[in-house]
Amino acid sequence: MKTFVYIDHFKSDVQLAAWEALGLAKSLGTASAVVFGSGLDAVTKAAFEYGADEVLVADDAALTDYRAEPYASTLSALASAQSPDLILFPTTARTRELAAMVGVDLNTGVLTDVTALEASGNDIVVTRPIYEGKLIEKAVCSGKPVIATIRTRAFPKPEAEAGKSGAATKVEVKSEALTTVEGYSASESAVNLGDAGVIVSGGRGVSNNPSLQPPAGMDEKEAEIWRAQQGFALVAELANVLGGAVGASRAAVDGGYIPYSHQVGQTGKVVTPDLYIACGISGAIQHLVGMRNAKLVVAINKDSDAPIFKQARYGVVGDLFQIVPALTEAFRKKLGK
Amino acid sequence: MKIIACIKQVPDSEAKVRAEDRKVSWGESPLVINPFDEYAVEGALQQKEAQSGASSSLSTVTALCIGPESAREALKHALAMGADDAILISDPALDAERLDTLGAARLLTAAIQKIGDVDMVMFGRQTLDNGAGITPAQTARLLGWPMLGLSGQIKVQDGNVSVERVIEEGRQTVSAKLPAVLSVVQSIGEPRYPSFMGIRKASKANIPVWSLSDVGASAPEPIVKRTELMNPPVRDTAVEIISGESPAEIAEKLADKILAEKVL
Repeated sequence: MKTFVYIDHFKSDVQLAAWEALGLAKSLGTASAVVFGSGLDAVTKAAFEYGADEVLVADDAALTDYRAEPYASTLSALASAQSPDLILFPTTARTRELAAMVGVDLNTGVLTDVTALEASGNDIVVTRPIYEGKLIEKAVCSGKPVIATIRTRAFPKPEAEAGKSGAATKVEVKSEALTTVEGYSASESAVNLGDAGVIVSGGRGVSNNPSLQPPAGMDEKEAEIWRAQQGFALVAELANVLGGAVGASRAAVDGGYIPYSHQVGQTGKVVTPDLYIACGISGAIQHLVGMRNAKLVVAINKDSDAPIFKQARYGVVGDLFQIVPALTEAFRKKLGK
Repeated sequence: MKIIACIKQVPDSEAKVRAEDRKVSWGESPLVINPFDEYAVEGALQQKEAQSGASSSLSTVTALCIGPESAREALKHALAMGADDAILISDPALDAERLDTLGAARLLTAAIQKIGDVDMVMFGRQTLDNGAGITPAQTARLLGWPMLGLSGQIKVQDGNVSVERVIEEGRQTVSAKLPAVLSVVQSIGEPRYPSFMGIRKASKANIPVWSLSDVGASAPEPIVKRTELMNPPVRDTAVEIISGESPAEIAEKLADKILAEKVL
């Protein structure tokens, strides 16, 4: 089987799932990494090291900023010329658009958030969660190529082989764009929950530390946010010791405690880390659908009836303002940090 | 300005969705407007309001939905929020189970072209059912219009639209010429509640139904087919509560338990 793997990156920072997709493609047959943008030497080199049989590169100033239309046109023309059986993408905001448009151009099906994929006779059968993970479907696509975006951490990451290289092949660029990127600002708390192996999350409970005295002159809401930020500092310290990211419930985001980019749940990010520690999160259904596929869930909450405990393997019924710092300290010792 | 808000009807997020006889069942739970699509309606209404001062011609918001007769209720919600009118695309030959995203995008495109002179099409970021989030971009591609995905703040001026796009890595300001397709995200603001007057107006509204032939489409043949539908494996949910004399003791025990699971 011949597979294209679209190596999604942002300013040359490659999504983890792109390498996982490359590993999957190798297990099925030949893997052609497809890299678009400008100044791509490092990404191209990494693609060879992660096992690409060939790297197809559109390195052009006209592709500097990702824009859906020229990227989709370039990829569609390339796929029409080379007829791969399968095009794999990591699942990101960019690739949902890109895969969608290439699906239109090539009149074929697009399957997103794929967690398993197997070749069965002439068919490629994919497994994907639907209804917020409440159901799982297997699906086939009668079009060619099959287009699939894979979920992060669902497939093993291949080992990089340092120094492995090859000759990159230049791809013809279709540069007509319909949108203009005027500017970019990294959110002050740039966070990639999708790639995180460990997530420590805080909920409304992080604002409830009565022993804290907010600075004078704050009104009630300001004091609540100030308290919550002290609480999230404890959450962040634990995340830091574990090499993880900070997540949040919708209640915490709506309360103004932390930016939306941290939100886990139905209206935030669906995450699948190996370890998820929920601190002061009661576990509303809309949060649970975002984290229930974590490998190990730990809940710390003062309310023993909180629904989050039904999803957890380990729980502590207690005061997070005491437990979280103690846990940070315990890991610091045990992990030698 | 003519704005279309594309919406879908889905089982409520609280619904206990199960696979029964290879079909999706949601028990007695109600069907509701897809929660993400309420942001599309909100975004459309915000733009209508912004334009009403800026332009002499009247702006309108039309809610558009593919679905069975029951999907009227989702359209009524959009009308109650403040949409001016609503159109339901419905046909006995349309089977929701057999309509894939590309088929849906083609139908929406045909309807948008039939409506004519549209300036902006707004979608929610994804639906709660299939959840692929690809229909907006497919519709944009079929229309040949720019796609502004995951738009936060939206500004329209002199035939241009500029949005703040919320992506994993931060925020991007992206602009395009109208007409354009947008998908909107939460940072545009919470969707308004239907007003009493809005609900009354919606209950009396005449919602036209467009059949496949009305939009000049034939029954779509799905490219993607579901071969199996399963309930997720039941998790071993018995929680082990860790207790102890002091926070330090609890933390010590809990850290050991977590380390023994080899997830770090």
